[in-house]
This record gives sequence, structure tokens and C-alpha cells, in this order.
Amino acid sequence: MSMPFYVSPEQVMKDRADYARKGIARGRSLVALEYTDGIALVAENPSGTLHKLSEVYDRIAFAGVGKYNEFEMLKIAGIRHADVRGYSYSREDVTARALANGYAQTLGQVFTHEMKPYEVEILVAQVGEQDGERNEMFHILYDGTVMDEHGFTVLGGQAEAITDALKADYSEGLDVGAAVRLGSKALGSPDSRDIAADQLEVAVLDRNRPRRKFRRIDDEEVAALLVNA
Amino acid sequence: MIDQPLPIFAPGSDPGPSFFELLRRTSPDAVPGANFPAVNLSTGAPSSSPIQVPHGTTIVCIKFAGGVVMAGDRRATEGYTIASRRIDKVSQCDHWSAMAIAGAAGPGMEMVRLLQTELEHYEKVEGEPLSLEGKANKLSQMIRANLPAAMQGLVVVPLFCGYDLRKGVGRLYKYDVTGGKYEEADYATTGSGSVHARNWIKAGFKPDMTPEEAVNLGLLALFMAADEDAATGGPDPVRRIYPTVAVVDRDGYVKLAEDDVERRATEILAGRSSQ
Repeated sequence: MSMPFYVSPEQVMKDRADYARKGIARGRSLVALEYTDGIALVAENPSGTLHKLSEVYDRIAFAGVGKYNEFEMLKIAGIRHADVRGYSYSREDVTARALANGYAQTLGQVFTHEMKPYEVEILVAQVGEQDGERNEMFHILYDGTVMDEHGFTVLGGQAEAITDALKADYSEGLDVGAAVRLGSKALGSPDSRDIAADQLEVAVLDRNRPRRKFRRIDDEEVAALLVNA
Repeated sequence: MIDQPLPIFAPGSDPGPSFFELLRRTSPDAVPGANFPAVNLSTGAPSSSPIQVPHGTTIVCIKFAGGVVMAGDRRATEGYTIASRRIDKVSQCDHWSAMAIAGAAGPGMEMVRLLQTELEHYEKVEGEPLSLEGKANKLSQMIRANLPAAMQGLVVVPLFCGYDLRKGVGRLYKYDVTGGKYEEADYATTGSGSVHARNWIKAGFKPDMTPEEAVNLGLLALFMAADEDAATGGPDPVRRIYPTVAVVDRDGYVKLAEDDVERRATEILAGRSSQ
């Protein structure tokens, strides 16, 4: 009978975390910023059809970076969670917090129990519907760590550099154009690039919209927002 | 389903983009028509059974040049009793479609909620909405799933309409109790007063009407149906209750404001009172 080699739990966790981080770092980053009318999501994404940003429910959006098939599956799980909950209770009872907890548990469980961790970082954002009601942004890591963010947050391999760029320029009370410009500039800042409109995927949760607050901003409109300084 | 806090499925049992299938897997008891009790419920006809439930009555749908008008009276009856004077039988399904219910009101309203969720769910999961024909077929399946309840008296026979963005026309569908779906070219009516409403629409219908003409024809048909059918609610100036009217065209679903419907109803009634 052969004895398996002993590997300390610390080492296992570290290896898994390194593996997940490496996978995430291979993809492009995204930022979410609060602006006057809600939350703007700006992602670097060369594909026009494989989305990183999605609508989940009336006030809630999902954003993911890392391995596409993994965050896409999590996105669909989130939509299912929200729709079942909204159907069996009421639309108001669907909250970002409950969804973020679900994601955190799922990611945590996969991180410790499965062969390989998910190589993803995700964001669950919820816009405050009335004036004075706060926006919520939950940033969830590959191991299930949840962070409750305010102002702005960055997901992806180059998060630190991009966060530094945002810290310098972000202020409250941006309009949508300023938020998109700042997001795009920050995404390009680690290697001082300008990102073209067709390389960006932009969406907003706009509290002034009727029921479904999520809106995609197409390339043309993004281009107009980027030049309109 | 894999034992997880979120609904994540193994490849073989994935419900795909359908909310109805998802609900069947995650919470089978919440599916409309599930665990249907084996008792005989009324068809709404008086004294046929000890249990009576509210029934919705007359709804109409009329095509015009760039879209469709849908309208319904506001009455629900429970045998000879008026169960509700203000029920809304016309509902928005998604941005470009609407549905109206006649028959058992409870299961009908549940079907509306289920279809609304189904269409939005598909759109979010797939990233694009279903075709109009796809939406109409989805409703067909829901009516078929309601068949056991329908056999015991809880019949739901909706009308469905919408704007077909790919073809650039308004389209409308009627259904039978087994889920049979029939696309109509010009207009459709169902419910207890439908025969009277249909005859008035038939007499007044012209191809390529304006939305205004179609709305007024729908209102007139409902008032005439109410005149002949006891279960259909007529205009009620005392309580200021008038039919629910919605228009679906290229720009999507719009429900007419109550004031607007009241003004049109008053004009129609004034026009007829001199005769």
C-alpha cells in the first residue's frame, strides 16, 4: 500500500490561490464606479458578444473577470437565483446581498472541495432606487471572500495599478460621461494605453430608468462619451 | 441539482434558458397547477358546484396599421356575484408583447406572472429576447400544463399579441384550453361576452386602421358585449371604471391612461345616446 505524500493545508490553499490568481491575471480587468445616477460598469473586452457585464434583476447587475465559461455559469446561476426568488416572494425581495452571499458560499465551497478553484472574480452591484438610498457593490474573490465596496472597485489581474489610478482621479458626483472616461483611462493606465471604444464593454445601472435599471451602452455611444470631455 | 447555495446544475439536468423548467427542478410545488386538488371546481356557471372562483369575462384584440390594440372589461364574476369591479385583464408581458386573460382569474393571473418571468429570464440568460412566435409558443405550453386544472373547471383562455420586430408587423394569437395556438389575421375575442364583441368588431373592422380607430372600436365592442352579457362589465361613470386598454407597436407596449379611456368612453356613449 502506498502512502500519499503529506502536503500541509497551508500549502494546498496557497497553491490553489496562486493558480486562481494566475488564471484571473491572464484576462482583462474591469472597473465599477458610482456616479450621480447610479453605477457605471466599464470593462475591457474585445468581444462584442461574449459579455462580461450582465443584467441579473431589476436593480442588480453582474460583472465577472477571469475564465469566461466559469463566470458565465455563475452569471446564469445568479439570474436563476434572482428570478426564482422574485417569483416566489416579490420583486422587492431580490437583493444583491443575498445573491452575494450565495456566490460567496459557492465560490468558497468550490475553492476548498473541488479539484480546481474557479479562476474568477465577480461583482454584484445594486443601484439605490430612491434618492438617499445607497448603492451596493459586493466584490467577491475566487475563494469566496466578499468585500463591500464604495465609490469604485476594480476586478482583475491589474487591480492594484488601476486602483491607484482611480484613487488619484475619482470623486463623488461624476456624470455618466466622466465616469466612463475615468474608467477607460484607469483601465489603460497600467501600461499607458488608450483603449478604443470598440474594445470597451460599458453598461450602467441607472436609477432613472423605469423598472429594469440595467442598460448596455453601445460602441457608438461609448465613443461619443469618450470624446465628449 | 448539485448541492450548492446557488442553482447550479449538472450538464444532464440543466434547465437551459427556460424559467418554467427551472422552477420545475428547483421548487416543483411553486409551479402553477402542481399538486392540483382532486375536487370539482366550478366553471363559473352558477350552482354547478359548491366551490366557485372568480372568472374574468370579455377581452378583445384588434390589429391596426402598425401594431395591435388589446382591451378588456374590468369585471370578474363568481357565479351570479360580482367578484371584482376593477380587475385588470390586460397585462404587459415584455417590452413588445401583451397578454389578456379570460376564464378562471387566479390561475390566469399566475400564468401572466409566469410568462412575464419566463420572457425576462430567457432574455437575461441568452442575451437577446425570444422571437414573437417563440413567446406565443411558450404561452401555449403553459396553457397545456394547466390542462388538469382546466378539466376541473379552472379554464384559462388568454389572448396574446405583440409587435414582431423581425417582420415589422403586429401579430395576435388566440388559444384553446389544450394550448392550441391560432394566429388571427385581424382580430380575436374570448370570454363570455366574446360573441357580441366579435360581431361589433367584425362590422366595424377595416384593414390598416389608425391606432385611435382600433382603440375606439375595441371600446365600443366591449360596451356592446356588456349590454348583452351579464358577466361583462360596462362603462361605470359613477365609480369611473372603464376598460383596460393597451397598444403594442414598434415602440413597445403602452397602457392608455385612465383619463384617456374615460374621455373616449364618454364620447362613444354620447354618440350612441342620441340614437
